[in-house]
Amino acid sequence: MSRVLIIADHDGAHLGGGATRCVTAAGKFGAAEIHIAVLASPAAAIAAEAAALAGVAKVLVVERAENAHPLAAVLAPQVAKLAAGYEYLIGPSNTFGKDLLPRVAALLGVGQVSDLMSVEGPHTFKRPIYAGNAIITVESPADTILVATIRTASFPAAANGGSALIEAVSTDAALPTHTRFVSLSAAKNDRPDLQSAARVVSGGRALGSADNFKLIYTLAARIGAAVGASRAAVDAGYVPSDMQVGQTGKIIAPALYMAIGISGAIQHLTGIKDARTIVAINKDAEAPIFEVADVGLIGDLFKIVPELTAALGG
Amino acid sequence: MKILVGVKRVVDYNVRVRVKPDGSGVALDGVKMSINPFDEIALEEALRIREHGQATEVVAVAIGPDEVQTQLRSALAMGADRAILVKCEAAVEPRDVARALLAVIKQEGIGLAILGKQAIDDDAGQTGQMLAALWQRPQVSFASKVELKDSVATVTREVDSGLETLEVDLPAVITSDLRLNEPRYIKLPDIMKAKKKPLAVTDMAALGVSLAPQFKVLKTEAPPQRARGIMVKDVAELIAELKKRGVLS
Ligand SMILES: Cc1cc2nc3c(=O)[nH]c(=O)nc-3n(C[C@@H](O)[C@H](O)[C@H](O)COP(=O)(O)OP(=O)(O)OC[C@H]3O[C@@H](n4cnc5c(N)ncnc54)[C@H](O)[C@@H]3O)c2cc1C
Ligand SMILES: Cc1cc2nc3c(=O)[nH]c(=O)nc-3n(C[C@H](O)[C@H](O)[C@H](O)COP(=O)(O)OP(=O)(O)OC[C@H]3O[C@@H](n4cnc5c(N)ncnc54)[C@H](O)[C@@H]3O)c2cc1C
Repeated sequence: MSRVLIIADHDGAHLGGGATRCVTAAGKFGAAEIHIAVLASPAAAIAAEAAALAGVAKVLVVERAENAHPLAAVLAPQVAKLAAGYEYLIGPSNTFGKDLLPRVAALLGVGQVSDLMSVEGPHTFKRPIYAGNAIITVESPADTILVATIRTASFPAAANGGSALIEAVSTDAALPTHTRFVSLSAAKNDRPDLQSAARVVSGGRALGSADNFKLIYTLAARIGAAVGASRAAVDAGYVPSDMQVGQTGKIIAPALYMAIGISGAIQHLTGIKDARTIVAINKDAEAPIFEVADVGLIGDLFKIVPELTAALGG
Repeated sequence: MKILVGVKRVVDYNVRVRVKPDGSGVALDGVKMSINPFDEIALEEALRIREHGQATEVVAVAIGPDEVQTQLRSALAMGADRAILVKCEAAVEPRDVARALLAVIKQEGIGLAILGKQAIDDDAGQTGQMLAALWQRPQVSFASKVELKDSVATVTREVDSGLETLEVDLPAVITSDLRLNEPRYIKLPDIMKAKKKPLAVTDMAALGVSLAPQFKVLKTEAPPQRARGIMVKDVAELIAELKKRGVLS
């Protein structure tokens, strides 16, 4: 009877969006049971959210002060202990999972499949390489625990309606003190979360300044969209780094993606391949973004965006 | 303190790779190869630390076939003091790369290892974290700022929710994100000088590492292509089209 253990991402208060998508992915392995591990402090509220996900049989809670911040060096030895007896150990391919799971895999003496995007069989999986320009099918030995990060854009969030057993567990893992949390500066805003929003409006280098980016924020607010950006816009300091979309930023799959003043470099396109409808607004008819856009509009964004915002406004 | 920098030879980021029609992999013949961009950033950071007097030597290490010497020479031209090629013809999984790097670290008495956060070919993003685990030392992945003081590194990292700062005791592993720095350009005289810098060649057996690949690649295929869409001529048409598709109400 094979079992899956999911390592939950969270922000200290709520379960992260990655874990809910991992539950959907876990369902594809054909395993008998899906469990979620919550390592946190405090953990009760997060564990309750995990237990409510349909398809989850058990939530393992490791609540200790050291788990207040997600330090890979501190979490990895605990996760490695929890993994005993499981056939699959997965986590989201966001900065939490990407940081933690390779460390756990190495402690377990195994490799890892990164960015698992589909399950072809109990031990065969697809994942992207070369910024998504090629997809490989990899086979993992049946007698080895599979450690994988899940490409969250490839799987929908699991529904609620479950009522899993919640079990407090402790591990005897020795925790290092060589790694210490100092601070987290998170941009506070009330916009939808970029990684789970149904609509995203992104701006590129063409915006020209942080001030001009207000055009993008205003349009986004009008349609309830999250805001993203190209690397060029982030590098130029128009917006913070957590807004970068692409190969080395966030991989997203909204129903609507609007790329405004973004040329469409392959590294950017990797991040939006799974969007349902891509809209491009660019003054250059030759911009590569038009090759992937479902709907394109050629023109000056400084004219089009205010017009669009006004037309959509009450 | 000695700093180790990982140097991986990858297809240049400007190249659009093509999948071979028989599904056996991607076509690499005659394709431009470069240092993984994240490794250039890692090397630049190591050089700056040395230039601030906080390190004595920067050692660039690559695992791969003989051709990787080209990228190691570029690393030397950028300013690395020495290079080590761990010769290996086979494809190496990140865990084996980490095991080889650890063997070099032990041999060399390395105090800080800086790797890229991911290699832009396989996009695995594993090696640094695995190395830190095997070394039983701290890791700071996705670093955008590094400050060293008295064998403690204070590092800011780019995480999904913003910027996180950690403090770690050295030795440690740091993986570079894009905004850690802007790598310097190589000047012609540096290329000449680099020819005289030491480049040692060793192999996995000499390091006591036997490859233990776990995964088999069954097939490589091109991703599904998005069909080219339609063009609209103005804002009114755009809104009408989006409403028709049900993505705006
Ligand atoms: C023909 C071919 C076949 C392959 N077959 C397989 C296969 O069957 N299974 C499989 O898992 N992989 C396969 N690979 C990929 C494998 O060889 C990758 O190079 C390896 O998995 C490392 O992944 P990564 O570079 O994405 O690591 P990452 O973890 O993304 O690399 C991060 C950092 O680690 C350092 N680093 C990584 N590799 C090196 C290196 N060689 N030398 C120095 N520093 C390094 C660099 O600093 C780099 O920035 C194949 C590759 C090729 C070319
Ligand atoms: C290792 C590596 C990783 C990378 N990772 C990422 C990543 O994760 N995400 C990412 O986005 N990039 C990434 N990049 C960078 C990528 O290659 C491009 O440089 C970047 O995406 C370009 O951003 P841009 O489209 O905003 O700028 P540009 O390419 O400069 O495009 C600006 C566009 O705006 C248009 N424009 C200008 N003025 C106007 C106007 N008034 N009205 C309308 N249109 C206008 C222009 O026609 C042009 O098409 C990476 C690069 C490397 C090397």
